Amino acid sequence: MRCPRVLLPVLALTLVLVAAPPAQGQGEVSRGRGFGARLLQSLVDGVQFGVIIAVTAVGLSLLFGTIHLINFAHGEFVTIGAAFAFFLNVSAAGPGWHLIPAAAAAVVFGALLGAAVDRGLWRPLRARGTGLINLFIVTIGLSLLLRHVVLVLFGARPASFAQYDIQNAIRLGAIGITPRDLTVTLLSVAVLVGVAVLLQRTRTGTAVRAVSVNRDLAEASGIDVQRVVLVVWILSGALAALGGVFYGLVEIITWDMGFKLLLLMFAGIILGGLGSAYGAMVGSLVIGIVAQVSTLWFPVDLQYAWALLVLIVILLVRPEGILGRPERTG
Amino acid sequence: MDFEVIVSDALRSGIGPIAAVYALAAMGLNLHFGYTGLLNFGQVGFMLVGAYGLAVTVVTYGGAMWLGVLGGLACAVVLALLLGVPTLRLRADYLAITTIAAGETLRLFYRSSWAEPVTGGVYGLQRFANDFYDLNPIPRGSYGVWLVSFDARDLWVLTVGWGLVAVVGALLALLVHSPWGRVVRAVRDDETAARSLGKNVYAYKMQSLVLGGVIGAVAGMLQAIQVQSVSPDTFDPAVTFFLYTLLVLGGAGRILGPVVGSILFWFLLTFLDSALRQAIEAGYVSSELISTSEVGAVRFALVGLTLILLIVFRPQGLLGNRKEMMLSER
Amino acid sequence: MSAEDVPGVASPDVGVSAEAAGRLAGTVPEPGVRKPDPLLVLDRVTRSFGGLTAVRVDHLEVQRGTITALIGPNGAGKTTLFNIVSGFDRADSGRWSFAGHPLTGRPAHRVARQGLVRTFQLTRVLARLTVRENLMLAADGQHGERLLPAVMRPLWRGQERETGRRADELIERFRLQGVRDDFAGTLSGGQRKLLEMARALMARPIMVLLDEPMAGVNPVLTQSLLRHMAELRDEGLTVCFVEHDMDVVMGVSDWVAVMADGRLVAEGPPHTIGQNPAVVDAYLGKRHDEPGTAGDPGPTGSGDARAIGDEE
Repeated sequence: MRCPRVLLPVLALTLVLVAAPPAQGQGEVSRGRGFGARLLQSLVDGVQFGVIIAVTAVGLSLLFGTIHLINFAHGEFVTIGAAFAFFLNVSAAGPGWHLIPAAAAAVVFGALLGAAVDRGLWRPLRARGTGLINLFIVTIGLSLLLRHVVLVLFGARPASFAQYDIQNAIRLGAIGITPRDLTVTLLSVAVLVGVAVLLQRTRTGTAVRAVSVNRDLAEASGIDVQRVVLVVWILSGALAALGGVFYGLVEIITWDMGFKLLLLMFAGIILGGLGSAYGAMVGSLVIGIVAQVSTLWFPVDLQYAWALLVLIVILLVRPEGILGRPERTG
Repeated sequence: MDFEVIVSDALRSGIGPIAAVYALAAMGLNLHFGYTGLLNFGQVGFMLVGAYGLAVTVVTYGGAMWLGVLGGLACAVVLALLLGVPTLRLRADYLAITTIAAGETLRLFYRSSWAEPVTGGVYGLQRFANDFYDLNPIPRGSYGVWLVSFDARDLWVLTVGWGLVAVVGALLALLVHSPWGRVVRAVRDDETAARSLGKNVYAYKMQSLVLGGVIGAVAGMLQAIQVQSVSPDTFDPAVTFFLYTLLVLGGAGRILGPVVGSILFWFLLTFLDSALRQAIEAGYVSSELISTSEVGAVRFALVGLTLILLIVFRPQGLLGNRKEMMLSER
Repeated sequence: MSAEDVPGVASPDVGVSAEAAGRLAGTVPEPGVRKPDPLLVLDRVTRSFGGLTAVRVDHLEVQRGTITALIGPNGAGKTTLFNIVSGFDRADSGRWSFAGHPLTGRPAHRVARQGLVRTFQLTRVLARLTVRENLMLAADGQHGERLLPAVMRPLWRGQERETGRRADELIERFRLQGVRDDFAGTLSGGQRKLLEMARALMARPIMVLLDEPMAGVNPVLTQSLLRHMAELRDEGLTVCFVEHDMDVVMGVSDWVAVMADGRLVAEGPPHTIGQNPAVVDAYLGKRHDEPGTAGDPGPTGSGDARAIGDEE
């Protein structure tokens, strides 16, 4: 039964590919290369984009799985990660570190931000008896606050990191990829595998999964739920920051990049199954591919819109997502 | 610093057309969130389709203005159905995610080069409300009391705007105090119970979504008419969060909540804005710290902070009943 | 524990109706038996969760005008069966009908409109509606519940007044006058139970399904709820309720159906059910399809064996 479920998005994708005739005369598609080569290239770009979305989305999904909160400020965690690394790496006021230590520091900063939101906001509000719906609105407010604080500090102008900015692509037959993009993709995959190992093989990971399945039961069997929630917030913040650095590296850093990514993360998470970490990974990958492949037929400025289309189709056809359990939609 | 200017700006804004626009849009949201419990995070999407429905009909297709108004309303109905059909059978979170994504995707779609022949792309459309201004019965001139004055044009817009607020408010008051309103409030409190008593919960949620969306579209049209122009970037996702802030400020689930909220919200926001600008110009606030160009961002950040503080400390707003609010904590 | 400890003898008698019992007098006490005037009829209803079969009922009829108790140990599938019949859960297979109309797969609100109204084990009051509004909500066929007429008050004002009058009657009957205009969310657990029962009646049901109405309720209120149930039956309503405590069941019910492991294992008048070996097995945790029943050709022995035979 598992197989057809995973095939569903692939089928949907094929359908899109077959149904829509390639656009003629769209500037960016007629580079004189064959359609097959362009398809291959956009698939590679899609995978690269997809794994970065996945790095940012896993934390969001884990958070939903454990405490049922949809953190609408998660996108800002992503932006803050990139902006903090930018500050350490490039900014005139910063120390001018190399990107690698700057990125590491940004991840630590993201983790601290996650911990701070848990200790400073989530936990006290839960203790006050603030309802979940109201907490959604709190995260909306937090998103608005953080985004515009970043706008004031970082400014409205897009920027890039000091290192690895311009590179020549390595050509592998029909496709080309820069060493930077290849490294980021491989690192993202490694991080995702790392998260999977953490969830499957460690005591903490087992505890996280136990809380996701049944919080009360987990608590009754001696798991410190508060600690698990803190761990998830930290993980979520750290992964968001890392994803932000990655995205800033392969694309560009802007003050609202996180919010834009958030919509893609949502699409990926719902596609994979709300609350499932692996679902978020698979779903994000599909969304990344859809976004990139769509540019073969449609203008680039519409590529994010396709993610929403996928989201609505999935909600209509299989609301629990490809890897989710039906009970979750209840 | 000139306090008279600050107070005059703030008063103008608090009773001006924009406050009426936001009051209307928030009334639709109030029907969704305050009465039915629908977490619509994309009310701005309804405003957008309303405004564009009007502008596109008139400018692109040369239709009459009344036809444009009908077009805008029809677009809102379609959007509500599109969002509602897949999500209203699912838990509240799905609607929240889908609406926030839809609002932003619509903006991207309307501003894309692909849609430009119809929507005017990033430049938008202008001059479609001449019919409306031709109807203005107010003789030319300036009308004012104390510190506030409006010219005939603005006075016409704000009369119609607040007139619409009054009509919609009366209509909603009739509705929520009818058996229909009782069912809708029951759905908000516990949809399972409502279903067990023979109420078709899905249909009521859909009716509420459509009606509140249509009210949002009317608000969007009014905004477009006021400036005789639509452009996609005025429909930023932050608009919805402004609406939530003023709704919670006034009191969700109260007929006058959005009205009081909007007036106060715009008064305070403009007061702050005007005061801050003057303080920077006068050198009371160092322009190193905040430059005048950053005042806008600071304003947004403060709205976010206000929203958080309101939900935490006064979720019932000005007009709500705290005891009643605490009963709804889920 | 021995077979003699199975509860069933010492229970408060709040009024078994001679009339209702009389109608079932000739009915053979065996699972799946036909009744003279069945209101609710279930046929081969199954529901499984993952690999676990929660409900597998071959045939069950509920006699009109009686109080039927559906009992069984925890996890027997009683609530799942209620959820299926009331439209809150899907069955994997099977058919069921109510008052002659097919009800299979009907959504919950349609089931309620047909006159089959349920309550919940964990009460579900509408917290931000007043007690009176909770009741008025439940009234059926309200013109003002449709969007367009809702804004035209004269169209429903008369009906609304009538609905309010009926709500006040029920408020008095269930002694909720003191909290009439309070938000239902402020009520105590016991008051919520009463409100829920009253609200179900407001919908003018033909039959009510009460899911563990006595769970977590003090003895005084239990007596009061049982009395209300008997009164309703005497007024012609059909009542079916879930309970896992057999003591509570004995005094009030006219007929008892017993479930275990998702199956209907026994049926009969309350006084016979305690002695039924299938019930004894169910309550003692013994698997009912192991020998035991085979060696005891009691009144239900053959029926039970037939049910098992059918299922395998």
